[in-house]
Amino acid sequence: MSAWPLLTITTFLPLVGVLFLLFLRSDPETEARNARWIALWTSLLTFGVSLFVLGAFDARNPSFQLQETVAWIPAFGISYHMGVDGISVLFVLLSTFLTPICILASWESVQTRVKEYMIAFLVLETMMVGMFCALDLVLFYIFFEGVLIPMFIIIGVWGGGRRVYAAFKFFLYTLLGSVLMLLAILAMGYAAGTTDVARILAETRFPVAMQTWLWLAFFASFAVKVPMWPVHTWLPDAHVEAPTAGSVILAGVLLKMGGYGFLRFSIPMFPEATAMLTPLVYVLSVVAIIYTSLVALAQEDMKKLIAYSSVAHMGFVTIGLFTMTQQGIEGALFQMISHGLVSGALFLCVGVVYDRLHTREIARYGGLVSNMPRYAVIFMFMMLASVGLPGTSGFVGEFLVLMGAFQANTWVALLATVGIILGAAYMLFLYRRIVFGKLTRADLRDLLDLSPREVAVFAPIVVLVLWLGVYPQPVLDIFGPTVEHLIRNYQTALADGAATVVASR
Amino acid sequence: MEIAAVFLPLAAAFIAGFFGRIIGDRGAHVVTCTAVVVAALISCVLFWQVAFLHQPRTIELFTWIDSGALEVSWALRVDTLTAIMLVVVNGVSAMVHLYSIGYMHHDRHQPRFFAYLSLFTFFMLMLVTSDNLVQMYFGWEGVGVASYLLINFWYEKPSANNAAMKAFLVNRVGDFGFALGIFAVFLIFGSVEFDTIFAAAPAQAQTTISFLWFEGHALTIACLLLFMGAMGKSAQLGLHTWLPDAMEGPTPVSALIHAATMVTAGVFMVARLSPIFEYAPTALMVVTVVGALTAFVAATIGFTQFDIKRVIAYSTMSQLGYMFFALGVSAYSAAIFHLMTHAFFKALLFLGAGSVIHAMSDEQDMRRMGGLADKIKVTYWMMWIGSLALAGIGIPGVIGFAGFYSKDIILEAAYADHTWFGMLAFWLGIVAAFLTAFYSWRLLIMTFNGAPRADAKTVAHVHESPWIMLGPLVVLAVGSVLAGAVFYGSFVGHHSHEFWGKAIFVLPENDTVEAAHHVPFWVPWAPLVVALSGIGTAYWMYQIRPEMPARIQAQFAPLHAFFYNRWYFDQLYDAVFVRPARWLGFELWKKGDGAVIDAFGPDGLAALTREAAARSVRLQTGYVYHYAFAMVLGVVALIAWFWLAN
Repeated sequence: MSAWPLLTITTFLPLVGVLFLLFLRSDPETEARNARWIALWTSLLTFGVSLFVLGAFDARNPSFQLQETVAWIPAFGISYHMGVDGISVLFVLLSTFLTPICILASWESVQTRVKEYMIAFLVLETMMVGMFCALDLVLFYIFFEGVLIPMFIIIGVWGGGRRVYAAFKFFLYTLLGSVLMLLAILAMGYAAGTTDVARILAETRFPVAMQTWLWLAFFASFAVKVPMWPVHTWLPDAHVEAPTAGSVILAGVLLKMGGYGFLRFSIPMFPEATAMLTPLVYVLSVVAIIYTSLVALAQEDMKKLIAYSSVAHMGFVTIGLFTMTQQGIEGALFQMISHGLVSGALFLCVGVVYDRLHTREIARYGGLVSNMPRYAVIFMFMMLASVGLPGTSGFVGEFLVLMGAFQANTWVALLATVGIILGAAYMLFLYRRIVFGKLTRADLRDLLDLSPREVAVFAPIVVLVLWLGVYPQPVLDIFGPTVEHLIRNYQTALADGAATVVASR
Repeated sequence: MEIAAVFLPLAAAFIAGFFGRIIGDRGAHVVTCTAVVVAALISCVLFWQVAFLHQPRTIELFTWIDSGALEVSWALRVDTLTAIMLVVVNGVSAMVHLYSIGYMHHDRHQPRFFAYLSLFTFFMLMLVTSDNLVQMYFGWEGVGVASYLLINFWYEKPSANNAAMKAFLVNRVGDFGFALGIFAVFLIFGSVEFDTIFAAAPAQAQTTISFLWFEGHALTIACLLLFMGAMGKSAQLGLHTWLPDAMEGPTPVSALIHAATMVTAGVFMVARLSPIFEYAPTALMVVTVVGALTAFVAATIGFTQFDIKRVIAYSTMSQLGYMFFALGVSAYSAAIFHLMTHAFFKALLFLGAGSVIHAMSDEQDMRRMGGLADKIKVTYWMMWIGSLALAGIGIPGVIGFAGFYSKDIILEAAYADHTWFGMLAFWLGIVAAFLTAFYSWRLLIMTFNGAPRADAKTVAHVHESPWIMLGPLVVLAVGSVLAGAVFYGSFVGHHSHEFWGKAIFVLPENDTVEAAHHVPFWVPWAPLVVALSGIGTAYWMYQIRPEMPARIQAQFAPLHAFFYNRWYFDQLYDAVFVRPARWLGFELWKKGDGAVIDAFGPDGLAALTREAAARSVRLQTGYVYHYAFAMVLGVVALIAWFWLAN
């Protein structure tokens, strides 16, 4: 099996589905139905293939695996280089896992331009998976930016009332950062003579002054994606206007691109700059946690509330990544996976009631537990996972991050831990307003509980969240060796200190 | 066997919770009650094996989290301390389960109720059997959720919604400290597993760590942070405001969770961590002072309240204060002893109060009760037994109710500590003992004696509870009478060292329980004297001169208002934390995100672009002479530049 170019297959399989979709021609109803089924099967098949990637992956080996290299533009040292390590392999799986769920979640809520919608989603999947597999800076950049386009279209076409504003805001923010990253990539390629990530990691040490600029350029791009305070304001708007499935992917995978980027590029490639600028990250993250948690408390729109909670949760991630402790980084990675599942599920929970009542205004709801008990149970479970209840996946990541933070800086740990109080406050407050209380409104009384299709959407996430909460070891085992390797390299690099010669060339 | 004792309730909760509609009310009763009763019986066997045959054990289930140096397993550790908790938790839980069959019989959601109760029992068992801090945290948060669900059981009541949220959030504040404490322990010891930590504690007695802005004694910092968690869960002064509100839940819940078991988790935690606390004298001092103040403040609030459940709730808080100052003076065994006896008589009192409320058609205000003694005789006598045990009535050196033994040893230990905070605790404890006796008999007299004050319909409806409710009361009453006398020797008497084994640790110079046996003769008598005078005062004020309370109240109106309004803690927190947080959230959202970040960021940029475009449009006037003029200017500038450059 390992002889197969598994990563390439996983990446581009969705495009095969797109090809089928493009040739779909019949009356609108049949076309929509066929488009849904084709997209679902393609994404399921992709998920199946990605399981083989996991099967072929050796967790004890900290280096890149399943590598594929094809020369692309040899004159500039650019190649088509794919590969995964302990950091990226699970994000590939997260992407392929969430895509079929998204397609299933859009089954009935999307009724216009179904074919185009499905195409956008499958292209998005290719871009996401490719981004996590790419081991060449230029290739990475292409996928990284490529993700923007289908997402922009999904928000701009199938979004809510202010969708165009939201789409442009999203695009402006992310593109601005990306331009700086492109410049940095050019500079790195010029300095190192190659854009191959593995080779740069192994051979190249950039001068400290240059590292700082490169670090800041990458930071501009990744910080927007995470998103970190104060460049987070695109997220609430994008979430609010995006269709449910768009929100799920946005929260589930797109927000992880920033964190992944920090760990793949910023930290190992610019260790001195990282050490120098870590306080900046800490400050922004702590502000993000407390600031956005407070803002979430004041929200009147369900989706906006969960969007702000995402910013707070990602604040934990950025803290964890830069603690440079085993617990902190593993916790941050775990938190990213867990947040991908939990906040995805929370957006689905919002989607369930939005599909029925077409409003996201919290005050319009109340007492849903009376006629939607199944919904109440699942929502409750996800809410508790979001506040980091031990026994759910939300706990493991948060706890490890904070444990790492306490070793690095007790102020950061203390202030970030305030976030677990505020986090509980806004989630419980949200849940109470929607689910508890008396069921008084007539239109609410007619709402139906979850359909079997909706249960099928939630079931796999619930199982995973519980499983990762009680027995997270398989995942931590995958992160462990790679993170250990990363920290060791980082520390050696810092110890070597002044030896900052561009080695290759 | 250990596994069965812990996981049977979980299985029952799962069945009753998810298949409640299929198995029906009766099925849910059978499943959950059987599971918990069996678990209780197993617990008794375990208690016998561990405490008297000296066979403590730890069963590792599987790895939970393994990240770098951090290794956490799911494990069941059973030593004497755990075994006592197993008996208390499963025992009281079994009684409450049975009682609830009667109490909840007209509720529409019985399977859900029993599922929650069993789920709570499971989390509590995980808490007490953990062999590391993280599993304890799991149980800790788990019981918090179960408590949240149960307080909120009648989810249509806004007051229940608010109380549940408040309980969860205030506990989260405590958990904030608990979590930081775990991190500190890990930083100091490189482990969170009890055996490793305890073995290494003496070696770390002088270690310092830098915490925030200062360099401090490591174990003191860790212990104080952990104690913050204990304060939240056990409703100690400052983080206590949730407990009275938690009475919104059904009464059996108050008995199980908010009296007998969950709220004692903090006491259990400190006792469990005695090997670290012993090396942190400053932390112990703080524990003593907080405990003593709690015992006093709660008692002052308790004697002004009119809601029968709230009176008992404040009494619980006060008794928890006793347990904590016992811990603070290193009398861990005395604290756990009181924890056990308190579980019996406080569960008895709550379930008795439930029986009263049941009889009174859900009336909870004592001002509308009275004259019930003849109509519900069994309940009346049960409440008497519970109150006698709570007030700690008995003859020193001869015999007494359960609370007599445990409260006396606590006060004696505090006296024997010979420190200023030990003395503070002793005297505040004596005052609280007076108030305890006073409000207990105030409750009894207002509820059962005199003429009925309820409306005719309610009075006509008053009936004794069925035996499924009275049976558990009788069992608990037996415990309230005997538990003290039977276990005194093992817990705090001459056999205590063999009994406890290695479950708790006391430095030889801190052994106040031993010293408590050698205090002056008046010390054991003092609590009895004040308790009897408390009872006497209550009789005089409420039975003989019923117009007295109102007069006194009028005379000391400001003081009464201060006590009656619970020292204004709720108002203070609302003004200092809740409202500012919501205001700040709103302002940050509208002004921070809206008026600053967006205005200078994307919106500003967009506006700028639009403006620039509009201006450049204005340049294109279409008049030839404008363009010609611009060209001339350009040419002049170019020539000038060349000329100057050369």
